[in-house]
Amino acid sequence: MLQINNLHVSIDKKEILQGLNLTVHAGEVHAVMGPNGSGKSTLANVLAGRSAYEVMQGEVLFEGRDLLSMPPELRAREGIFLAFQYPVEIPGVSNSYFLKAAVNAIRTHRGLEELDAMDFLALIKEKGNLLDMDQALLNRSVNEGFSGGEKKRNEILQMAMLEPKLAILDETDSGLDIDAMQIVAKGVNALRRKDRAMIVITHYQRLLHFVVPDHVHVLSEGRIVKSGDRELALELEAKGYGWIEQEVAGTPQPPLAATLQ
Amino acid sequence: MDAAVDTYLSTFAELEQAAASRGPTWVHGIRTQAIARFAELGFPSTRLEDWRYTNVTPITKVRFLPARADHRNGLSADWLDQATLGGLAGSRLVLVDGQFRPELSSLEVLPCGVHVSSLAAAIETDGDFIEARLARFARDDESGFLALNTAFLEDGAFLRIPPGTVVERPIHVVYVSTAPGDPTVSHPRTLIVAEDGCQATILESYVSLGTGTHLTNAVTELVAGPSAVVEHIKLALQAESVFHVATLSVYQERASNVVLHSFSLSNGLVRNDVTVVLDGEGSECTLNGLFVGNGHAHVDNHTTIDHVKPRCSSQELYKGILGGKSSGVFNGRIRVRPNAQKTSARQTNKNLLLSPGAQINTKPQLEISADDVKCYHGSTIGQLDADALFYLRARGIDKDAARALLTQAFASEMMDRLRCEPLRRRFEALVLTRLPARADTEESP
Repeated sequence: MLQINNLHVSIDKKEILQGLNLTVHAGEVHAVMGPNGSGKSTLANVLAGRSAYEVMQGEVLFEGRDLLSMPPELRAREGIFLAFQYPVEIPGVSNSYFLKAAVNAIRTHRGLEELDAMDFLALIKEKGNLLDMDQALLNRSVNEGFSGGEKKRNEILQMAMLEPKLAILDETDSGLDIDAMQIVAKGVNALRRKDRAMIVITHYQRLLHFVVPDHVHVLSEGRIVKSGDRELALELEAKGYGWIEQEVAGTPQPPLAATLQ
Repeated sequence: MDAAVDTYLSTFAELEQAAASRGPTWVHGIRTQAIARFAELGFPSTRLEDWRYTNVTPITKVRFLPARADHRNGLSADWLDQATLGGLAGSRLVLVDGQFRPELSSLEVLPCGVHVSSLAAAIETDGDFIEARLARFARDDESGFLALNTAFLEDGAFLRIPPGTVVERPIHVVYVSTAPGDPTVSHPRTLIVAEDGCQATILESYVSLGTGTHLTNAVTELVAGPSAVVEHIKLALQAESVFHVATLSVYQERASNVVLHSFSLSNGLVRNDVTVVLDGEGSECTLNGLFVGNGHAHVDNHTTIDHVKPRCSSQELYKGILGGKSSGVFNGRIRVRPNAQKTSARQTNKNLLLSPGAQINTKPQLEISADDVKCYHGSTIGQLDADALFYLRARGIDKDAARALLTQAFASEMMDRLRCEPLRRRFEALVLTRLPARADTEESP
C-alpha cells in the first residue's frame, strides 16, 4: 500500500529525514518510535502533504502512485489520514459542518452520493458513540476550547467518519491520561481492518499496550535504524533509546533490515 | 475642489429660488446655516488627519445632479427583496432617490404609537417634535459632508418609538439610489428617536439599481432616551460605481443600551463616520463592524465614542476582510472626559488581508482625561492561518473551499452578534456572497 524509498526531507534547510525506507501493507499496523528530534513528526507531515517540508530526494508510492506530487486534499481523498499531534482550533467553523464538508468531499471523489443532513447525523451519532463523544462538541467550533483528550478523540472520530485506507497517528497518545488513552485506543482498534493500514507514531510504548502493532521501527537521525515486532517496543520501554543510538554509532552502514517486506 | 463646492452652492441657490415646496421656515433656517458652514469647510483634503487615507477627488471631480425620483425605473417589491435581505417580516419604509415610495413600503404591522414615516411627511405633521431634534445631534465635523447633507435636507426617514414600547420585529428603512443617465447625488436623512425604556431593532439598507455613477451622502441621527434598548444595523450594499459617505450620530441618555452594527459590503468608495456620545450615566454602547473589500474597493471607518458621563461602557469590534487591490481604514477614537470616571472602553480591530495587493490602515486614538478608567485597544492584521488551512485540506477539503471556509469563519463572529435572530441568518447568507472570491485573490507568500 505504501512504499517509501530513500526519503530525504528538509525543513528550513535542515535535513531531518536522511534516507528513510519503509513499506507498509494493507491490514498492517506499524509503530514508528524514536527519541525527540528523530524525524517522527516530519514523516507524518510529509505523508500528509504539509508544504513547509521540502523533499530533497527519494519517492513515496501510495498504491503504486506518486504520493508526493498530490496536494494534501487529494491525498486525503485517495485515503490517507493524519491524526494530528496538535489538532488545530478553527474558531467560527462548527465541528459538524467541517466534518460534513470533509465526508462529502471524500465521498464525491469516490463516486458516492453526498450525504444529506439526516444520513450525516445518523452516521456521526454512530461513530461518536464508539468514542464516547459528547454530542455537544459537534456544534462547537472545531477543537476550540476542547480539552487535550477531546481533541484527540475528535481526530479519531474524523478518522472513523472518513474511512481512510492508511491512517497515520502522530503522537495521538501524548498528553492523554490513561482513561482517555483507553477510549482512543478502543476507537483505533475498532477501525483496524484487513484493507486498512496504520502507522502509529509514538515516543512512548504506552499506547502500544492497547494498540498492538505488527511491526515496530525505531527512527534515529532521520533513518529507520532497527525494526522488529512488538517485543522491540517492550525492550525500548525497559532500556530507553540510548542503546540503539550506541549500536547505530558502532555500525558503519544502516541495517538493511530497515526495509520491511 | 473649489469648483465642486461652487457647483453645490449654485444648485442650492437655484433650489432656494424655487422655494415654495421646501417646507417650513425652521427647516429653511437650518439649511441656510448648513450651506454657509459647507461653503466654509468645502470638501476634506487628505491633509486633514481624519481624511489622510481617503481621497475624495473622485467625488469632487464629478458633476452630480440632484437625484429626482423616476417612477418608470421598474423597481418592484420583489427586486427590493432580492437587492436587500430577502422578504423580512416587519415594517419597511422605502425611499428611492430621496423620495418616499408608499407602494413599495409596508407599515401596517407596527405597534400602537410607533411612528415610522418619511421625514418630509413628519415635518408637516410633527413639526415641533422634529424641530427640537433634527440636526441637533449630528456632530459638526471638519469634512463638509454633514453640512452638505443638512443643506440639501429634503426627505428621509423619521422613526419614533414611544416610551416603554417594545417593537419586536425589525423596522427596515431602505434607501435605493438609481442613476440611469447623468451622475446623481442624494442626501438621505434619518432621525430615530427611541424614547424612555423602549426597545427596537432598526435596519438601514443602502442599495442601488443599475451601475450609474452616484453619490449617497447620508446622515442618521439616533437619540436613545433613558433606559432605551436599541439595536441599529446599517448595511451598505451599493454598486461599485456608487460613492457612499455616511454619518451616524448617536446620542445616549442615562442607562440606555445601544448596539450598532455596520456591514459595509459595497465595492466602491465607502466612508463611514460613526459618533456615539454617552451623555447619561450608566449608558452602554457596542459597535460592531464588518467591512469587506473586493476589486478596487475602498472602505474607511472612522468611529468616535465620547464618554461624557461616569460609569458608561463601550465595546467595539471591527473586522475587515480585504481582497484584490482593495484598501481599508479603521480609525477608532475614544474620548474620556474629565468627569467620566469608572469608564470602561474596549476596542478591537482585526483585519484579514487575502491578497498581496490589499491594504489596511488601522489606528486607535485614545484621549483620556479621567484617572479611574479601564481602556483597552488592540488591532491585528493577518492572513489566513496556514495551519488551519492545512488541517482542512488534510481532510479532503480543497484549497479554495478551505480558504472560503476560513474567511467565512472570520466574518461569522460579526453575524453572531446580531441580536435579532432572523436578521442573523439573512446576513450570514448575504455576507457569504460578498466575500472575496478566489478569482481575484492571489496566493499569499
